[in-house]
Amino acid sequence: MKLEARNLAFGYRGRPVGRDVSLVLEAGEVLCLLGPNGGGKTTLFRTLLGLLPAQGGEVRLGGEDIARLPRREIARRIAYVPQVHLGYFPFTVREVVLMGRTAHLARFASPARADHEAADAALARLGIAHLADAPYTQISGGERQLTLLARALAQAAPLIVMDEPTASLDFGNQARVLERIAELAAAGIGVLLSTHDPDQAFLLGDRVALLHGGRLAAIGAPQEVLTPDALRMLYGVDVTLARVAEDRTVCVPRLRRGRGAGTEPAAGGS
Amino acid sequence: MAVGSRTSELGAHRARATVSRAALALALGVVALVVMVAVALSAGQYPVTIGDLAALAWARVTGVAPVGVAPMVETIVLDVRAPRVLAALLVGAALAGSGAAYQTLFRNPLVSPDILGVSAGAALGAVLAIFLSLGIWAIQGFAFACGLLAVAAAYAIAASLRSHDPVLVLVLAGVVLGSLLGACVALIKYLADPYNQLPAITYWLLGSLAAATPGDVRASAAPVLIGLAALWLVRWRVNVLSLGDEEAAALGVAAGRVRALVIAAATLVTAAVVAISGIIGWIGLVVPHMARMLVGPDFRLLLPVSLLFGATFLLGVDTLARTAARIEIPLGVLTAFVGTPMFVWLLATARRHWQ
Repeated sequence: MKLEARNLAFGYRGRPVGRDVSLVLEAGEVLCLLGPNGGGKTTLFRTLLGLLPAQGGEVRLGGEDIARLPRREIARRIAYVPQVHLGYFPFTVREVVLMGRTAHLARFASPARADHEAADAALARLGIAHLADAPYTQISGGERQLTLLARALAQAAPLIVMDEPTASLDFGNQARVLERIAELAAAGIGVLLSTHDPDQAFLLGDRVALLHGGRLAAIGAPQEVLTPDALRMLYGVDVTLARVAEDRTVCVPRLRRGRGAGTEPAAGGS
Repeated sequence: MAVGSRTSELGAHRARATVSRAALALALGVVALVVMVAVALSAGQYPVTIGDLAALAWARVTGVAPVGVAPMVETIVLDVRAPRVLAALLVGAALAGSGAAYQTLFRNPLVSPDILGVSAGAALGAVLAIFLSLGIWAIQGFAFACGLLAVAAAYAIAASLRSHDPVLVLVLAGVVLGSLLGACVALIKYLADPYNQLPAITYWLLGSLAAATPGDVRASAAPVLIGLAALWLVRWRVNVLSLGDEEAAALGVAAGRVRALVIAAATLVTAAVVAISGIIGWIGLVVPHMARMLVGPDFRLLLPVSLLFGATFLLGVDTLARTAARIEIPLGVLTAFVGTPMFVWLLATARRHWQ
């Protein structure tokens, strides 16, 4: 299974957000999408998932134009983990995960025993089986994120798109969620995720794509793409990259104390 | 891990609590319904004993003529009270069921079946028919047709606007259209003959089952059953749709199509009963809310429990309406008077079990 965007233009009617995006996501790899706030990451994801029509170019999923696939067929091929939300009604965690089985149900059917088993297996795999009967509205943010990941697993799609899976999580939960994502990729699932944190791209990404001004500024291996220059262009801050172990690189912003830090324009030229 | 095992115990405890509370709610609902039917059949100006009721029921089951029951009692129970009991059950279940569907669909526990203008449309239709001095069948037919038309118009307005948030536009269209229809009703009331037509209009707008005949019940039962059957078929998808269009679509649900089906079904159900009962507020708003407090938001359970509670509740209120005072108390008034304290009490007690 392969997700492919070809010269994709995305956005809304009369309000284009980005264009000329070409990328490929294959099973078993992690592709990190990095970009500033409001840079169109979520809009790009919605277009890649067929939730918004492409404004130009095309999205192909498993070799077929996503605009021609029924929703059910898309959901069997690619799962979506949206940004964590509070939920509206107090469904239990198990019920939320069961909803991931919807694409596998007959038109008017409810989840059957096999679906319950798939949901329980997904909960167990993410280590949150003990939360199954807790209301989704009353668990912590990290637990909610794991619940939505479990729902995507229960959906049994070979590809998963995650919109900022670690946003609003505390330090420990971030690490736990990243660990699970790495496990999913190791198990052969293709993961496309957006993040604000270059460290996560170093940690997880087989490849990194930089979304800047609505276009892909670069796409490739983290070591090649995530240069201090590229990060300054993306976020408008100077950074230092440091190797902290033989296979770990971290990215530290350089603060300019007492000299009006943060007031520089995005391009950083002074 | 200590924390993990404690959470696990908590989860298991909650699981047992959820399952047993659902079973308890269903069982209580059925028992309350049966008791309420017996009370409704026996209470009234001519009290009928439970023994007589049992004998009549036994006679119906076996097909043998009842022994030791006065013919007048049989007439009162079967011909006078039974049709009204059936009407109350049908109307109560229908309003609560469609309210549950709308609340889940619009992700809002404060939504009632008339949010898209079905009641306002039905009111205008009925009031117009009364104003034109048409007969009872025309009043019901006008109410039904205008109720459906109002929601179709709200839907068409929303569809033509093509917003990023179709649900919000739909609700806004319904509210705006509803107030326009309300203004039309007010205009007709202003123009109506104050001695003949105005009392009839007021009576209809307050809601009553006094005039419901077996024929009415039969005529509206068909659309109610069709609508409820449609809701039951998409019961799981309604759950998924409560996550919002985008998430539902990403999970494989054709959100727009399912929403259209749910709205059509719930509107059909509401319009069919409003046509025979007039406007009875409150039930469609609060009964599903009570049901959700007791059994949770899963529509597969919420729908049957709402139907049960709605039927029982309206039958209870209607029995009170015809027995509490010398004259009949308007149903729409009484549902609010009985329901509000009950709802406040539930809010206060259920909260403790919830958290």
